[in-house]
Formats: sequence, C-alpha cells, structure tokens
Amino acid sequence: MYNLLIGGAAGQGIDTTVAILEKLLKRSGYNVFTVRDFMSRVRGGHNFSLLRFGNEKIYSHSNQLDGIVALDEQTVALHKDQLKEDGLILCDSKLAISDPRAINLGMDAMAKELGNVKASGSIAVGVILKLFGETLSGVEEVLGNVVKPQYLASNFKAVQEGYKAVQERFPHLEGKYGDWMLISGTKAVALGAIAAGLRFYTAYPMSPSTGILEAIAAVADEADVVVEQAEDEIGAINMAIGSSYAGARAMTGTSGGGFSLMVEALGLSGMAEIPLVVIDVQRPGPVTGLPTRTEQSDLKFVISASQGEFPRMVIGLRNSQDAFYQTMRAFNLAEKYQIPVIILSDQYIGDASATVMPFDPTKIKLAEPLKQYADKEEYLRYKYTDSGISPRLIPGQTKHLVIIDSDEHDEKGWITESAEVRTKMVDKRMKKLEGLKRELQEPEFIGSDSFETLIIGWGSTWGPINEAITLLNKGEKAKYAALVFGDFYPLPDRLLQEKAKQAKCIINIEQNATGQLAGLIREKTGIVCSDSILKYDGRQISGEEIADMIQKGEIK
Amino acid sequence: MNKENFSTYETAWCPGCGNFAILECLKTALEEMKKDPSQVLVVAGIGQAAKTPQYISANAFCGLHGRALPAAVATKIANEKLTVIVNTGDGDSYGEGGNHFLHNMRRNVDITHFVHDNQIYGLTKGQASPTSMVGMVTGVQTDGNFNEPLNPILLAIAAGAGFVARAFTGRKEHLIEVMKQAIAYKGYAIVDILQPCVSFNKFNTFGWYNKRVYELDENYDCENKTIALAKSMEFGEQIPIGIIYREVKATYHEKNFVLKQGKPLVECETNSEFVGKLIKSYI
Repeated sequence: MYNLLIGGAAGQGIDTTVAILEKLLKRSGYNVFTVRDFMSRVRGGHNFSLLRFGNEKIYSHSNQLDGIVALDEQTVALHKDQLKEDGLILCDSKLAISDPRAINLGMDAMAKELGNVKASGSIAVGVILKLFGETLSGVEEVLGNVVKPQYLASNFKAVQEGYKAVQERFPHLEGKYGDWMLISGTKAVALGAIAAGLRFYTAYPMSPSTGILEAIAAVADEADVVVEQAEDEIGAINMAIGSSYAGARAMTGTSGGGFSLMVEALGLSGMAEIPLVVIDVQRPGPVTGLPTRTEQSDLKFVISASQGEFPRMVIGLRNSQDAFYQTMRAFNLAEKYQIPVIILSDQYIGDASATVMPFDPTKIKLAEPLKQYADKEEYLRYKYTDSGISPRLIPGQTKHLVIIDSDEHDEKGWITESAEVRTKMVDKRMKKLEGLKRELQEPEFIGSDSFETLIIGWGSTWGPINEAITLLNKGEKAKYAALVFGDFYPLPDRLLQEKAKQAKCIINIEQNATGQLAGLIREKTGIVCSDSILKYDGRQISGEEIADMIQKGEIK
Repeated sequence: MNKENFSTYETAWCPGCGNFAILECLKTALEEMKKDPSQVLVVAGIGQAAKTPQYISANAFCGLHGRALPAAVATKIANEKLTVIVNTGDGDSYGEGGNHFLHNMRRNVDITHFVHDNQIYGLTKGQASPTSMVGMVTGVQTDGNFNEPLNPILLAIAAGAGFVARAFTGRKEHLIEVMKQAIAYKGYAIVDILQPCVSFNKFNTFGWYNKRVYELDENYDCENKTIALAKSMEFGEQIPIGIIYREVKATYHEKNFVLKQGKPLVECETNSEFVGKLIKSYI
C-alpha cells in the first residue's frame, strides 16, 4: 500500500491533480482512498489531499507518507516529518527544497514550454504514474472528464512529459478493483437519492453539504429532478415538505447551522406526518465553527431538535457505501412511517473518495403512498390504526381531500383542542416507533470474537476504527473488537447488550468533546463507556492515532 | 353550481370579522370558475387568516407561521394540475415570512396569494403588524407605533411580481372579480385584501376603509409599470383597489427544464437505466 500527500495553496489545482490521479490508479486495479483537507478560502493558505492506494482493502486515511507532491515549500515544511525514510518528495526545482529525498523537476518551466502554465499538476501526474510502475493507458479519457476540451491536448502532453522525466521506482501492485466505483460520500448520497426516486431537491448552499446540491443539479435535467436553491434553510425544508405532501419525493441538505434554522419544520414533518429526508453534513460548531472541517457534534442536537415529541429516525453514514444505500433506505423509512428521517454525515465522509463495489439500487425496497382509497368509509388522513400509520393519499390524485395541519388535529385533519383526541393522536404518532424499531440495523461488529476491549463508535470513525482494530490485533492475542453504529436513533441495542457483557473495558471514540453517543447509550441502556478518545480539532482521527493512544493508555 | 360545494364549517372567528367576507368570496370565485374541490389546495401559515383552509372544502395545508409560501410553491412544482391558493395574514406574509415573500416573487410559480391584511396581529391579540400605521397604540407599541408601515403593493411591483392587486372586504363583488383574475393569472399573483379586525384594530375600521377605497376604472393602465409604481404609493385619504399592476411573465414551470416538458413532477418516474448509467460513470 502506498500513501501520497499532494499539497499546496488553494487555487494551485490540487483537486484536479488528485481527481485525475485517483481515477487512474483505481482503474489500474488499486483500492483507493482519498481525503481532502482544505481551508475556508479560495486562494492561498495550505490545502492537501491524502491519496492512499494498494491492492488490499483501505478503510481510511493514514498520516505515514510514502510520498509528498509539493506545489509549494510550506507543504514540505509541514509534512516532511510524516514522510517515511525511503519516501520521496516531488517538487518544482525552483522551490528551495534540499531534502535528500526530493526529486526536483522543472515542472513549471516544462508547463510553460507546453504553452499551458497550469499544466504542472498534469506533469506531476505523469511522474507519479511512472514512479509507481503504471502505464499511460486511459489517461486521455480520464483527463477528458476533468479538464476543459481546449486544455486536453496540452495536459495530455504534460502527463507524457512527466512520465518521461523519471524512472520507475516502486513495482506495480496487481489489484482487483478496476471494475469497482470510486466515489465520495457526497456523490454517493446524491446518487442514492436519485436512485430512490428523488423528484425535488432544495437547499441553501453551506459547506460541507453544498456538494450534494451540485451533484444532483449536475444530472437533474436528465433525472427528472427539480433542484431549487432556497432563499434560506427555513424555505428549503418547508419546500421539501410541501413537495412531499403533494407526492414528489423530496430532500433537503445542510450543515449544522442550516439545520438549526430547520428545526421547527422538522416538527411539521413529524406532526403532519409528511415524509421528509434531511441530511446534515456536520462540521465543527458551534455557529460558524470551522466551515471546511469535520466533527461529529450534532448527534444529540438532531435526535432532539424541534419542540414537542414525535417519532424520527437518525442514521449515521460510515462510508461511501452507506452514503448510497442508507440514503435510499432513508426515503423508504420516511415514506413507510411518514416521518422525518435525518441522515448524519460529516465533511470527512462527504469529501473522501473510496473504492466501493458497484451499487445495486434493487437491494433497497421503496414504499409508496397510496394510489387510491378503496374503503367505503370517508377518507381520514390521520385515521387511527394499530401501527399508527394512516393511509397517505396525495392531494389531487383522487377525489378525496387531503387535509394536514401543524395544529393538533383529529383524524380528518381538523384543528382540535379535545384532551381525548390529543392523547390518542400523540399515542398514534409515537406508536410508529414500534414498527421503526423492528427496522433497525445493528451496529457493525469488527474484530476478534475473543475480545476484551470493546471500542464503540459511529458514522465516519468506522474507517479509522477498522484500521485501528487491525493494528491492535496484530501479533499477540487479539484482544480488541468494535461496534460501529450507523442507525443510532432509535438505538439498536441487541448486539450492544451482548458484547458489553463480554467487554472488560469499553472505549467510545468520537469526534466531539462530550462523548455524545456514549451519553445516548448510557441513557438508553445504562451501559457505561469506561474510557473515551475524543477528538474535536476538526481533523479526522486516523487508525494509527487510535491504536497508538490505546497502546499508550492515552484514554480518558 | 353554488358555493356550497366548497362549504361549510363552523368558524372560530369573531362575529363581524372581515375573514368571513374573504372566505365567502373565495368560495364563490372557485365555484364560478368551476373548480373541482379535489383539485384545489389551500395553503396557510398560522394566524386568524390562516384558519381559512379549515373552513373550506378543499385540500388543506396548514403549515408553519410565515412558511406558507415555500410549502405552497413546492406543491405547485410537484403537481402543476393543482390550483394552489395561499390564504394567510399580513404578519404571516410580510413579517415572519418576509424573506419567502421576496424570493418567491423572483421564482414566479403559478400560485395565488391572498393576504388578509387587517394591519394588526389578531391571533396574538393586538400587536402592531408590518402594515400597522404610525401612531397606533397597542399593548406593545405603548407610545404608538413609530416604525413605518411596509407597502406590500409597492414592494411586490418593485420585486417583480406580475400580478399585484388590492381589494377590500366591503366590496364583495369587486373582491370576487379580483380573486378570479388572480387565480386565472399564469404566475405568482398577490392580492392584498384590506380587512377590518373588529376586535383589535380600532383605527382601521370598516368605515375607515369604506370611506377611502375607490375602484380603479378602465382608464387606469395597469400594464404600465411607472404608473403602477406611482399608484401603489397612494394610501391614505384615497386608497385605490383593483389590479394595480399586471404583466405577462414566464412562470417557473416555463423556465425549469424538467417542468417545461409538461409532465407533472408527481407523475415522473425514475429511469433505472439512467441510474445504471450514473453508477457506471464512477467506474
């Protein structure tokens, strides 16, 4: 497995270089995992991507580097301590880099000669391909998807020049992932929504959720999806609810700040029993926080957001695969139970690309509203039923009237202040939780059956925890296992209860300061996480960091 | 046909409230336009006016305070066959929902917005609204309201609305006619309906309005924006009612690529071949 860092200032073309490279390496058969670490600015500063590839499974990033592609001097200064002794630094010869591991190439001068000063990144791509024993097959096609047609020829030439400039250094590893997908969490969410029959997506741009809005907009015309940029997040969620009421499957997406504006309407979805899917792509808060970085601190917020009580479902995304299938499933659960379903993602999962088996949309069944109402009796939108789920008709699709209200209402949908009806309606709505609990997916169990220490995590720490368990269980007796939650509200607790009994020690690992999942687990089950690893610096924890901290006993 | 088709429920409004006239005129307008109740959707936020959907036999969406417009435009985007009408108050439309009011005029979705404008907050019992006049003393504005009232007609024309009208509950025949034209208009139509609040607004009474309103006649050119802007600033001793401004504009459905194909969004289905193609593009 190899691990490269490509770094420079914002605006130097790191994203494009990485987008070309990751796709070529994946097509060559490698499993690829790329994370993006960038600042909240359009020009300057320090941005980098970590690109990991190999022929084994890769679950997350690593901070131990085989190579650094430095577009500026700062990149070397900041990251050379992470570079392995036999690693390499690829940089322009005009940068004053004297490290013995440096390959100084006149890339900018070469690009200038090619008549495209912005092609230095493509020269670097050629160099990397050669160093790692790759061929140039497919380069033109991949370039064609990333750069504008008028720059294709010069960029292709740049790759060839870079390829010629160095000698092969690492042997090509034969991987089997060439036919798999390479996709980010953001794009997988967009794809999942479209596969689930999304008809209307509305949002107000907010990092790190904007990518979903753009990914859906990019294919909306072909996919029969209307995309509307809302005036604010309140408008967005109310539009999504209106659309869903009228029968067009709808979704909205935001980050924590925007979600804060949405909370009243979340209750409208709960009260009026209108299916709704909302994604919160978390970033560090409170308020503006760190706009382009990652955190898992909205868990307790979204499980209790909005006044009053109503059933809801919250699903955390663990990886790109989840991003697709759980988004589809969110639409199914929202429709089936007529509730809001909240998907919790974060910047790390959203922006990271990973190699995944091609998605199969037929794996997820999708509930539909009623097409007609066969009963002889009068149609009642909020009819009392054993499951708490009332038949949902779409207005205008039958002769029946569909009446919904944010006030407490009777079965027909009319305002009421009756104490009896109020109690029955609350019971009816909350009854849906019973069915929902039967739908819950247990957390993923990772590691050794004979574990002593149990790690608990949720969402995006799935990858790092996976890698940490492998590192921790190396060599001596395998003492470690983990449960990583995707569904966590309502909390599935069968596996947790079972594994907690066996554990001598339970450590929760979360990207927040207060251990929010541990708190929820304690509230719902009484199970106490004796130790914690909590990280809230805006940067995703790595498997190595987790293993290191546990081995050194650096846990609270 | 008679308006009983859209009738009739016991209301929770005060006797003498202007809302009764609006409700009655709305039912008549819908009847005269031969609308089928199952194809009509009345959307509201929260407030006394926002109870309207509860008192008419049609589909009803009683959502959140200030948020009737985003919900309403989305229902129309989802299903263009529905006749979507928003009935809600001045606080709901111009106060809590001010941002949506502004931006939905830019969208120009084909819905009708009837603002029950009584220049006071009724449901919360008598505080100043965005259209309350300077000097009005309330339990909150104890020294008299000193914030200038918002002029919804002027604002709507300036913001690009293509159908802007004012009506008064004391002129029912006129109100019905304006309502019918607003509903028939292709695009976002707003009618600011002056309505007395008998319980809380002791200043802008039925008599106060009745003395001042006058109907615009055929000599008034509602298609001239400059004239309309000047006319929209007339509010005081003389209050013009009728269509203040009217313009043919492309609707949201005519502008959006998917919607202009003509198939209601609610009837579209996801093409699994297309999804397969998208999945392949990541390989």
